[in-house]
Amino acid sequence: MGLRKLVTFAALAAAVTFSGTAGAADTIRIGDINSYKRLPAFTIPYRQGAELAIEQINAAGGVMGKPLELISRDDQGKPGEAVRYAEELFAKEDVVMITGSLFSHVGLALSAYADQKKRLYLAAEPLADALVWAKGNRYTFRLRPSTYMQVAMLAEAAAKSDAKRWATIAPNYAYGKDAVAAFKKILKARKPDVEFVGEQWPALFKIDAAAESQALEAAKPDGIFNVTFGSDLTKFVREGTLRELFNDRTVLGLLTGEPEYLDPLGAEAPKGWIVTGYPWSEIDTPAHKQFVDDYQAKFNDYPRVGSLVGYNTLLSIAAALEKANSTDTEALVDAFKGLSLDTPVGPITYRAIDHQSTMGAFVGLTDVRDGKGVMVDWSYRDGAAYLPSDEEVRKLRPADGS
Amino acid sequence: MGVYLVQFLSGLASASALFLAASGLSIIFGVTRVVNFAHGSFYMLGAFFGYTFVREVGGGAIGFWVALLLAALAVGLVGLLVEFVILRRLYKAPELFQLIATFGVILIVQDAALWVWGPEDLLGPRAPGLTGIVRIFGTPMPVYDLVLIGVGPLVLAALWLLFNRTRWGILVRAATEDREMVGALGVNQSLLFTGAFVLGSMLAGLGGAIQLPKGGADLLMDFGILAEMFVVVVVGGMGSIFGAFLAAVLISLLNTFGILIWPSGTLVLMFILMAVILVVRPTGLLGRPESGGHKTEVGVEQALRPAGPHYKIFIGLLLALLLAAPLIVEEFYLVLITDVLVLALFATSLHFLMSTGGLVSFGHAAFYGGGAYAAALLVTYAATPFELALLLAPLGAGLLALVIGWFCVRLSGVYFAMLTLAFAQVAWSVVFQWSDLTNGDDGLLGIWPSAWASGTQVYYLLALAISAGGIFLIRRVVFAPFGYGLRATRDSNLRAAAIGIDIKRQQLAAFVFAGAMAGLAGGLFVFSKGSVFPDEMSIPRSFDALLMVLLGGVDSLSGPFVGAAAFTYLHDELITFEYWRLLLGLTIVALVLLFPQGLAGAAKHHLGRYLKLEAGSAGRAKQADEGRPA
Amino acid sequence: MSDTATARAAEQPSLSIRNLSKAFGGVQAVNDVSFDLAKGELLALIGPNGAGKSTCFNMLNGQIRADSGSVRLAGEELIGRSPADIWRRGVGRTFQITATFPSMTVAENVAMVLMSQRRELFSLFRTAVHRHRDKALALLDLVGMAAQADRPCGVLSYGDLKRVELAVALGNEPRVLLMDEPTAGMAPRERIELMGLAARLVSDLGLSVLFTEHDMDIVFGHAGRIIVLSRGALIAEGTAQEIRSNPLVLKTYLGEGQIYGRAEG
Repeated sequence: MGLRKLVTFAALAAAVTFSGTAGAADTIRIGDINSYKRLPAFTIPYRQGAELAIEQINAAGGVMGKPLELISRDDQGKPGEAVRYAEELFAKEDVVMITGSLFSHVGLALSAYADQKKRLYLAAEPLADALVWAKGNRYTFRLRPSTYMQVAMLAEAAAKSDAKRWATIAPNYAYGKDAVAAFKKILKARKPDVEFVGEQWPALFKIDAAAESQALEAAKPDGIFNVTFGSDLTKFVREGTLRELFNDRTVLGLLTGEPEYLDPLGAEAPKGWIVTGYPWSEIDTPAHKQFVDDYQAKFNDYPRVGSLVGYNTLLSIAAALEKANSTDTEALVDAFKGLSLDTPVGPITYRAIDHQSTMGAFVGLTDVRDGKGVMVDWSYRDGAAYLPSDEEVRKLRPADGS
Repeated sequence: MGVYLVQFLSGLASASALFLAASGLSIIFGVTRVVNFAHGSFYMLGAFFGYTFVREVGGGAIGFWVALLLAALAVGLVGLLVEFVILRRLYKAPELFQLIATFGVILIVQDAALWVWGPEDLLGPRAPGLTGIVRIFGTPMPVYDLVLIGVGPLVLAALWLLFNRTRWGILVRAATEDREMVGALGVNQSLLFTGAFVLGSMLAGLGGAIQLPKGGADLLMDFGILAEMFVVVVVGGMGSIFGAFLAAVLISLLNTFGILIWPSGTLVLMFILMAVILVVRPTGLLGRPESGGHKTEVGVEQALRPAGPHYKIFIGLLLALLLAAPLIVEEFYLVLITDVLVLALFATSLHFLMSTGGLVSFGHAAFYGGGAYAAALLVTYAATPFELALLLAPLGAGLLALVIGWFCVRLSGVYFAMLTLAFAQVAWSVVFQWSDLTNGDDGLLGIWPSAWASGTQVYYLLALAISAGGIFLIRRVVFAPFGYGLRATRDSNLRAAAIGIDIKRQQLAAFVFAGAMAGLAGGLFVFSKGSVFPDEMSIPRSFDALLMVLLGGVDSLSGPFVGAAAFTYLHDELITFEYWRLLLGLTIVALVLLFPQGLAGAAKHHLGRYLKLEAGSAGRAKQADEGRPA
Repeated sequence: MSDTATARAAEQPSLSIRNLSKAFGGVQAVNDVSFDLAKGELLALIGPNGAGKSTCFNMLNGQIRADSGSVRLAGEELIGRSPADIWRRGVGRTFQITATFPSMTVAENVAMVLMSQRRELFSLFRTAVHRHRDKALALLDLVGMAAQADRPCGVLSYGDLKRVELAVALGNEPRVLLMDEPTAGMAPRERIELMGLAARLVSDLGLSVLFTEHDMDIVFGHAGRIIVLSRGALIAEGTAQEIRSNPLVLKTYLGEGQIYGRAEG
């Protein structure tokens, strides 16, 4: 058996000897880490969006005269793996920065790594508020509107409604808890006479929808704030609809309007919920129409939120590289601060104060058309309007070294 | 009034799908003694097949139900395939091999389902004619739920008839109670086993298909239902179908009413019930103790010998090489080897428990994660310095092992294994859901070593020192009176008790020691990655450890190190492929079938005899058979 | 021999069994059994298959808990104590089907007992590899197994395993030794040797031995006194001669036709 070890080690040593950084120096390499296998329905659109952006950027001559190259790794949804791939990408693939990730915990792990090792990380999709606030650091930026921002958009709608008694239902883990806490805080501040009459916390992807619906019904709320998603959402919508839970109530759905969550519901998509999402087929700005056309031409599929985020992520990176005119980490960090660029959904800025981009989201009502869930009466809300004041942000971001 | 009645009925409805799936698992275990971890995958396949068949044939009311039955049949065929190709060859093998093989099946099915049905969640079709509601004291109640309430008892009755009124069923029941006897009756055992496995798979498939109108099919269903199914089977009593029914109803009702009282107690409540029941009735509600004192076999019967001179030289060389590594290899490889060292210590601690103690833990990650969390919590809340936190990590994990072990060592064999799994799930759900303390899924961040140890090279050397030290300590303990006493309890319970060894205490102490060492590995892990998340306690993490032990071979003391290296290497190689889970699953199944001794064991078998790297002794087989209780 | 037996029975008995009973379900396996094991006595417990001998044995060393009755070791009650506790108090036993530690050598099997007796089993750092080797070798020498001390227990013949078991049972210097079918599965010569050994131990070490046996030649040839169980109840007690001529015993055995035949367990 000892021999086996020897062989393993010989192999390892050989691998070390013969592995140089294979890539030529004439591309700029970007490390991309995401949960491609764990949640493919979300991450594959993301990668396709990123690929589209790379293709277009390179067709236009690349950045600083060099083409961009995306080196992808699958973190399997495990933060530990993600950190290891980060090390590998920097050490072996010579990437200038890393990006990606969907799960908040993976994003947070990469952010902690970035801070410790002084490497740049652009969090593309993770929603956790901590990423830019409680655990914010000089080396981490985030593109997608955070939990807080999207909740704030819905809380605004809630404050405008007549509903006074509110109940919440959210998966029993960090994201659900953040969302409910933010919702309560913002709504209470905007409308002090609201009451919170019930909270349900189903285990993630293990909802007992019948029982949860009954429990919510028993609280007799005027409004319901829903954070469940994926298979939990499907079950909740079905049971709640059958059991008349949503009749004559104001229902808010966080992310429920995103194609990733709305489309699987088909004709059973709820009607009249106020949701955040992405009505991709109806946005008719020229820039967005161009994006949709290009995307459909390349992948023969329509874009999801992930696609848009992936696309914007690479646009942001290219813009930062141009601005810095360097691949040096510190120069890139400085370039990202206050970086502004145009995206298919409008201009965005990476705030210098907390590294959050001002990319917004669409808020509207759900409806069913031609057997498919859609958003109606929607409007784009710029993220900048839904972030706390600078003073508050400074309190929220204690460990800011930048 | 109506609300509570409807809540009660809803609980009964959700019990049905759970019962179907769990009863299949129970039947398979009862007859073949295989703990089928792929049962969740069968459940998931039932949902996917059901979705497809309903689309193809399920236009009308009859078509819908025909489609569900077809789905069950299709899953039965998959079960047949799995039994015929894989498990049939492993019935006589130690449980570990069956477990790992079925875990390989999970991976294969995951990628196969992704390939066939695509990544998006599929919305389950509604049952034609049953989409409405009825009102019970004014409270709406879906009609389909009422149908579901009937399905559970209906299937239970059908199974009762099958097991009491047909020859095949009576034989299955006899086999559940006494395998040897059935063998002696000249019954074709393999036919019986295949039949039971197919029946069990079909039930799982039916369970998955029948919940379609309430939900749908998605790729996370397999692990989603796994823990719950095991809890049902363990609580009901392994092999008991009535027990499974009772437990499914009990757990579903507990869930439905529990959320009214303690909304955030989901998940944890179920495990508390399990713990309580197992304390009162260690073999579950309707389970019977194994006749003849079933012993877990891990395939270790080798006499252990202290290292021979060649082996010592070899280890010395290896250590020297590892020590020199910072001078030889690039920094990234140091990171990689650090990972291997951490995993090697983790795997060695499990290996100690399995080989020396004969105690197969399916939930060893609880202690690995436990150590990591102990250190991280100390750093986060008490600003504990790195050095102290690293020292206290094994202590925290050891305490956790003391609590969990107290429950677990009361049982033996598969019951012990299942209980460790269930408790690991408890630990995981506490960490996952108690976000005020643990930050839940967002994890604890910024857990870095002190400045002096934060460089990759220094930390590598530190990890090398601690991991090697830990492994040497474990080895030392194996050859200490404590290890001998533990081995005695493994070899012969009867004799051990007769010479005054307190078996449970010896096992508990071993459990705590192994837990502490896993915790030490967890401590090393958290400081190397800077953060810890609940994943480090999850079922797949426990499987990783089992896989490493298997890769290294159960019967060699240094196997875990080889296993950890092979695991890391294999993982990194396969991950670059699109369908890496399929490849990994196939590799695992192939390894189990081709190298039952593990890589190290196989190498030792072929080369060791000539090189005498580790002086062992042969000729163990005969006594092993005699020494086993009949 | 019978004189010494009687004389010894007059002293306080090593083991005093009173009204011992055990039922499994509806079957009364052992029914109101009382007898004494005198100091330095070699007492045989015989009876047809299913008479309750093994149940009786298992109650004496605590493996099965008695429904009622009392077992006293030099006046001390044993019922309700764990096997480990009873062993510590000086009751050793061998098993009908040998139970040794197959992954250890012969010497280690014996050393195991010595470690247990000295309560060293929670010692983590000392090495156990050659621990108590001299003492173990001495014990093995006693049973004639010293030459095979370093062989793994797994490769031994059945007769040798029985000897190892005997050495193991002697490891903690018991006052009472229970031997369940000590010669089952052995060749005739081995049987005689082993029982000769047992008899020597009784006389040399002052041990009290209770054994069950199917081979009547062994029983009549070696036992000082014999008690007979049938269907859970004690039906006779006495010397070899008395038992041989006891009509009840004859009937019990003749019914099965095997009092002089060889009846293997």
